[in-house]
Amino acid sequence: MSLISEKDRQKLIKRKRIAFLFSKLCALITWTSVLLLAVLLYQVSSDGFGWVDWQFLSSFPSRFPERAGIKSAIVGTLWLIGLVALISIPVGVSSALYLEEFAKPGKLNKFIEVNISNLAGVPSIVYGILGLAIFVRFFALERSLLSGALTMSLLILPVIIIASREAIRSVPMSIRYAAFSLGATRWQTTWAHVLPASFPGIMTGVILALSRAIGETAPLIMIGALTFVAFLPAGPMDSFTAMPIQIYNWVSRPQQEFHDLAAAGIIVLLIVLLLMNATAIYIRNKTEKRLK
Amino acid sequence: MADLAIQGKAKSMNAESDSKAIAALNLDNVSISYSDTPAVKNVSCRFLRKKITSIIGPSGCGKSTLLRSLNRMNDFIDGVSLEGRIMFGEEDLYGPDVDSVEVRRRIGMVFQKPNPFPKSIYNNIAWGPSINGYEDSMDELVERSLKQAALWEEVKDRLHDSALNLSGGQQQRLCIARALAMEPEILLMDEPCSALDPISTAHIEDLMFELKTRYTIIIVTHNMQQASRISDYTAFMELGHLIEFGDTEQVFTKPGKKRTEEYVTGRFG
Ligand SMILES: Nc1ncnc2c1ncn2[C@@H]1O[C@H](COP(=O)(O)OP(=O)(O)O)[C@@H](O)[C@H]1O
Ligand SMILES: [Mg+2]
Repeated sequence: MSLISEKDRQKLIKRKRIAFLFSKLCALITWTSVLLLAVLLYQVSSDGFGWVDWQFLSSFPSRFPERAGIKSAIVGTLWLIGLVALISIPVGVSSALYLEEFAKPGKLNKFIEVNISNLAGVPSIVYGILGLAIFVRFFALERSLLSGALTMSLLILPVIIIASREAIRSVPMSIRYAAFSLGATRWQTTWAHVLPASFPGIMTGVILALSRAIGETAPLIMIGALTFVAFLPAGPMDSFTAMPIQIYNWVSRPQQEFHDLAAAGIIVLLIVLLLMNATAIYIRNKTEKRLK
Repeated sequence: MADLAIQGKAKSMNAESDSKAIAALNLDNVSISYSDTPAVKNVSCRFLRKKITSIIGPSGCGKSTLLRSLNRMNDFIDGVSLEGRIMFGEEDLYGPDVDSVEVRRRIGMVFQKPNPFPKSIYNNIAWGPSINGYEDSMDELVERSLKQAALWEEVKDRLHDSALNLSGGQQQRLCIARALAMEPEILLMDEPCSALDPISTAHIEDLMFELKTRYTIIIVTHNMQQASRISDYTAFMELGHLIEFGDTEQVFTKPGKKRTEEYVTGRFG
């Protein structure tokens, strides 16, 4: 006994086969990319792991590979990311809040939205040129951490704004109406309900954006971050180097030892990145739980 | 026989209070459109103090639109325009120097779908009063509001749990408690029971009887029995027009218009 006719059964079998093949294909693609990544990581760690030690972490760069270290680059990157976060999070999130909650929807708003998406696709070297012209030259901030941070902030602002708008938009209207019906102003509603409810989504966008900033090299080279820094920056107006620049510098030298140093630098960069993301995800999950 | 006598007495009392009752809201030729599509057309009526008025009518006839105009919640929908006048006591609700935030402080609203904040039960109630500068004991206010909404016994041991863990009926009563905590002069309710089971619905109907000694209530409902059970006055709307407005008993037993009769006896709609 069968519930369906023979013809339908044949069709069903065919459909199921296609679904099966498609899911296998997707799995194959996924695992290929994971495998590639694993090979890459293996390569990097087999080259560089022997070099990652306290000496490497606590030394300034040097002409002699065995004495060279990444200290100034780590400190530079931490400074840079700290400043970028301080600048881009408030600016990005308040722009998103303004566009979603306060601005009148209309042609202008649409125009801004499209252009922010376009800005997210602009190559980073272009931001470097912009930073050089505006911050380094026009505002005479020189080749300082602040110039670098402002340039990087411009670079990642579109990503933060787009992700934050998405998160803000996903807060149900009914929550806003509930607040308004209690005699809350737009600002009170936003601050007490919309922002907390969209916080996890905003955090995700911020994590992605900062991770991008940590790995960017081109704009920093463009604004003239140094490649050989034998001191630590003491404030935002000091000149600096950053980990990707240091790595780039090592890779471009002819000696094999420096290439291994570059691999070691990549390992450290990845660890910093993972630590940062883990912290952010931890904060996000914590607030997510509190909201539920 | 006794029933009739009581009804008759109640009715004459109604009539007596009608003549000198002060209208909480007075609508004069109100029309509302969504970007030039009219939704409410030339409605004039008076909602009396400390009475329950039901608004009934088929879907899409403009009940919610009319209700939202009474505390200016329509301000948040793009393209809404209102003509005519709504007097709130002595004030023109849409007058040039009326603050719509202030209006919503004094005229509360309960929505069709329960919409508690994703916060604790306690904070759901306390937030409204706290942003409006309430200075007495918040604990007492929370307790009093929850008691008024007949929810206190069920939640008193878990005030700091998330409101989202409550059942639908409890959430709706929480929303009522939240509105009551603002001590509004008028409470607007848009089909507050439509998402609820019969037991929760009965709870909320009981509640409205309690509340009407202190509040003016205007409720949109799809449920004819509910309208006839709980309200003093009934407004029947169709296609944006206010077809009939009167004593609930009269609207349900001796409707003045044929359309009303057809609707309340269930022959259409
Ligand atoms: N936000 C809106 N934008 C445009 N038209 C709307 C909106 N809300 C309601 N309407 C229209 O207004 C009319 C009345 O709707 P509504 O007041 O919700 O009716 P009811 O509550 O009686 O079912 C309907 O024709 C509906 O399509
Ligand atoms: Mg409705």
